[in-house]
Amino acid sequence: MSANSTVLFNNVSKRFKDFTAVDNINFEASSGQLITLLGPSGCGKTTTLRMIAGLELPTSGQIIIGGEDVSSVYAAGRSVGMVFQSYALFPHMTVMQNICFGLSDKAKDKEETLDKAHAVLKTVGLKNLEHRYPSELSGGQQQRVAIARSIVTNPKVLLFDEPLSNLDAKLRRQVRGDIRDLQRELGVTTIYVTHDQEEALAISDEIIVMKDGRIDQKGSPKALYQYPENPFVAKFIGEANKVSGHLEAKQQGTDHSIVFTLDGQELFSCDALKKKYSVSKDCDAFIRPNAIIILSAPSPEANSFRVKIVSAVYMGSFVEYMIQAPWGSELFMIDYSFNEPCAVGSSIDVKIDHRGVSIV
Amino acid sequence: MSRLVNNLLLLAGLSLLILPWFRIYGNFWTFEWLSLELFQNEEYGPLLFQFLLFERWWLFPVALPLGAAIVQMLCWPKSQKITSNIQVATSLLGVTMIITQSFLLGDFGVNYTVLESIFTEDSFQYGLGMGAISLLYAYLLLFANGIALKGFMKGDVFSVTCLVVIVFLVLVFVFFPVFNILIRAFWETDTGYSLAVFVDRFSSPNIWGVNCFSDSAICGVAWSTFFLALMTALSTTLLGLAFALMVTRTNFRFKGTLRAFSVLPIITPPFVVGMALLLLLGNSGVVTQAINSIFNVDLGGWIYGFWGLWIAQTLSYTPIAFLVLIGVVEGVSPSMEEASQTLGANSWKTFMSVSLPLMRPGLANAFLLGFVESMADLGNALVLGGDYQVLSAQIFYSVAGASSDEGKAASLAITLLIFTLLAFFIQKTWVGKKSYTTVTGKGDGGIYGKLPRMVSSFSYASAIPWAIFTAIIYIMVLLGGFVTLWGVDSSLTFTHYIDAFRIEFVNNNLVATGVAWDSFLITIGLALIAMPLTSCIGLLTGYLLSRVDFPGKSYFEFSTMLSFAIPGIVIGISYVVAFNQAPIDLTFTGIILVLCFVFRNMSVSVRAGMASLAQLDPGLDEASVTLGSRGFRTIRKVILPLIKPAITASMIYSFIRSITSISAVIFLVSADYNLASAHIIGLVEQNEFGIAIAFSTVLIVVMAVALLIMQYFIGDRKVFLRSKK
Repeated sequence: MSANSTVLFNNVSKRFKDFTAVDNINFEASSGQLITLLGPSGCGKTTTLRMIAGLELPTSGQIIIGGEDVSSVYAAGRSVGMVFQSYALFPHMTVMQNICFGLSDKAKDKEETLDKAHAVLKTVGLKNLEHRYPSELSGGQQQRVAIARSIVTNPKVLLFDEPLSNLDAKLRRQVRGDIRDLQRELGVTTIYVTHDQEEALAISDEIIVMKDGRIDQKGSPKALYQYPENPFVAKFIGEANKVSGHLEAKQQGTDHSIVFTLDGQELFSCDALKKKYSVSKDCDAFIRPNAIIILSAPSPEANSFRVKIVSAVYMGSFVEYMIQAPWGSELFMIDYSFNEPCAVGSSIDVKIDHRGVSIV
Repeated sequence: MSRLVNNLLLLAGLSLLILPWFRIYGNFWTFEWLSLELFQNEEYGPLLFQFLLFERWWLFPVALPLGAAIVQMLCWPKSQKITSNIQVATSLLGVTMIITQSFLLGDFGVNYTVLESIFTEDSFQYGLGMGAISLLYAYLLLFANGIALKGFMKGDVFSVTCLVVIVFLVLVFVFFPVFNILIRAFWETDTGYSLAVFVDRFSSPNIWGVNCFSDSAICGVAWSTFFLALMTALSTTLLGLAFALMVTRTNFRFKGTLRAFSVLPIITPPFVVGMALLLLLGNSGVVTQAINSIFNVDLGGWIYGFWGLWIAQTLSYTPIAFLVLIGVVEGVSPSMEEASQTLGANSWKTFMSVSLPLMRPGLANAFLLGFVESMADLGNALVLGGDYQVLSAQIFYSVAGASSDEGKAASLAITLLIFTLLAFFIQKTWVGKKSYTTVTGKGDGGIYGKLPRMVSSFSYASAIPWAIFTAIIYIMVLLGGFVTLWGVDSSLTFTHYIDAFRIEFVNNNLVATGVAWDSFLITIGLALIAMPLTSCIGLLTGYLLSRVDFPGKSYFEFSTMLSFAIPGIVIGISYVVAFNQAPIDLTFTGIILVLCFVFRNMSVSVRAGMASLAQLDPGLDEASVTLGSRGFRTIRKVILPLIKPAITASMIYSFIRSITSISAVIFLVSADYNLASAHIIGLVEQNEFGIAIAFSTVLIVVMAVALLIMQYFIGDRKVFLRSKK
């Protein structure tokens, strides 16, 4: 699958009557990469996927797959494979018949068809199940049949529409890994739709965050998590506490630095943050729950502040706290240490690790 | 593209060179017309020869637009947009030309006096034949391809073609005849079309008169029909509710029997209940005679008229209400009732303030169904009507009687249509949208609460006697065929069955000499022909409605359902008026009966198709398409195998409804193509009750067997259910 199979969207819009599902989006999914479309329900990600599949045609704009303009080509002529949320396995056909559905059913090609089918069955690890009906398979096995069926035709692009939503939590992690491995092995350009940010972070080469039919931000998982460009992305990918304050210049000896302050309280230094910020500007900081660090003893450390524990939930490997900050708002904090959980109502000193903060 | 050209060339070639352009008298499928003589036959020769040999110059232009379109595609390739414009334009032109030319001339010369100067005096043409159909089909294909190229219905040529053909058929075989009969209400031989004629007819006291309130005169037929329909709707709804409550909410022992009871009206020809009622309560009925001999009271013919009609219709249509209401009653979630009870309401309050209000839309639905059924009922009205006038029977008599008056029939038909369409509108727009029952697919773990004593006593007290009464009626039907002469000679005999279904050896050949054989075999034969056609067109329509999005879809759905709301008698009379002359001349053929069956019954298949497609994940179609299936392959390989139960059901129902229909076909039967139901009505009119009942019993048995076959095949459904995740 070395051939170029880049997916390119040029100013693509899709309108249904008076509702705009996808509003003038542009992106490029490079050949062989796994791109995730991430967003809350109704953000247009599934419509975008269906436009790549050819199940919907764009109202305006251009869709190019592998250098070929397919904007007005319907699904049957597109050479894409799609794994549906419901798997959409044909219930009246065996696993084998399902997999062979997209292959030639001419008698002269029978041998080739069967060879391909057996090869793909081996790839997804479903040997010996080919005569079962979908209803006789477990959820995970059904999923693998759906994947096998969509890759057996050697498509240019592979599409996944929330493929894990019908699996239980434990299986999800495993199947997620399997999909990623398979995609790497095949090297097929893959577009993956999900509303689960954790899933997106785990699986993608690149994530495209969508909201209200538009692309909010795109980038690698790490870039999106560490440098969200807007409040929506900051809150949607990983959790974050929003804190409104402003940036101030601070001089310490010969060092000039910028600090984030709120009600005169210095919270953290912005020097290490990647971007350059202008001073004395009101801005919002998004603080990850695990960036708030409990100080074991009252200490003179700079930028620490005292908070009151409002609630605490013991989760085994970590403890979730709601804390009341000195400036009045409540913050969500996660403590991954092995320390005894703090009692509700008690006061503790915390500080903010600037590596877990982004300023928007 | 080339496939389209091939098809068009084939169809054009057929209609220009080979197929008879006009209808032939005799059976097309024997191919007796296929001889060298065909080309010199002025009555039905193919198009080209009509033009060359018989100077029917007005025929030739109809083929030109098609020629133009084919030439364009082959020799003058243009962009998709221009091609599609050309295709749409030429096909519309072609269809218009065929329709126009076919209306210019009739069997006996020009249709419009202005044309006399253009045509020679001896010009004529018969109704359209296979050649014309083939050319029309070519134009429809072209049109469908043209609009598919424009991206209509996602450019799916197969779906567009289906839609175009179905819309065309519905226009020709539902809208055209009904419109055609309705405008007759405005027509008078002397004055031509005028509104005054209609107003005069429509406002006749015979229809809308209200004198019965002021003096002893009788009211207009509209009011008496309306009153009967209201009473029937009321009684069937109440009884249906009683049955439904009893079956779902009580520990009644014979629930299974009661459920089977709901099948009866499906397989009972509509006049059979009326006949059985006569055997029981008529002048020489069992009960009448018993009362006469014991109390020496002569009850007279009270059964002929309102009371008889009311009882017969209530008997006939209660099971329909039951069928509707059992779903409604079961649809009320037990957890609602449990919630009400945990909030401290007793069973009476729960029933009155929770359960019953939740059933209200369902009750309204059942009521409207009963209303429409009663309005449209012709069979019982003919058998039991007496002096009580109802619209359906009046329409029948105004055409079938000594002085045939199409204008009067048309205005009566309009009156009847107003009532049924109004009920249909109310059902569609108001009741249809107000259903509270939601099927979530989540299991509802609750248990139905106890019915309040008063409600359960009402159910038992009304349903059980009525069920017994129904049972007696059907026993009458069964016995009636074995009694020599009802009320006179009660000895048991097989004569009626033998008379009806005798098979004899004549000169060593088996010959069916029974009087019923002809109409019986014709009925079964035509019903079998109509069966696959109905379910094919109905299921395709269902597919289009539930799977494909296109503008005007709601109108399309509405018009396919409309044929269901138009009373059979109106359809029947409109067919006989519209299709008895060129351009569509189908009188005395079996085709007109088959067409009538198909378009009367297609809405049942549409619903069956939509219901079962609604349960199929649309992802299945999409998966098939993304795997490269084009056009028909998805339907053939994925959808058809999965909706097999719906196919079987729609076939069987179409078969059964064809056999039991009477009002729509009573005008359409002919000597060669007589139908069982019309034959039986004729027997009743001649007082041949024995044979009539024997014949009806055989029909009921045939249909019951058909239903059992269906049950057997649908029993297969497990295979598919297993597939559900």
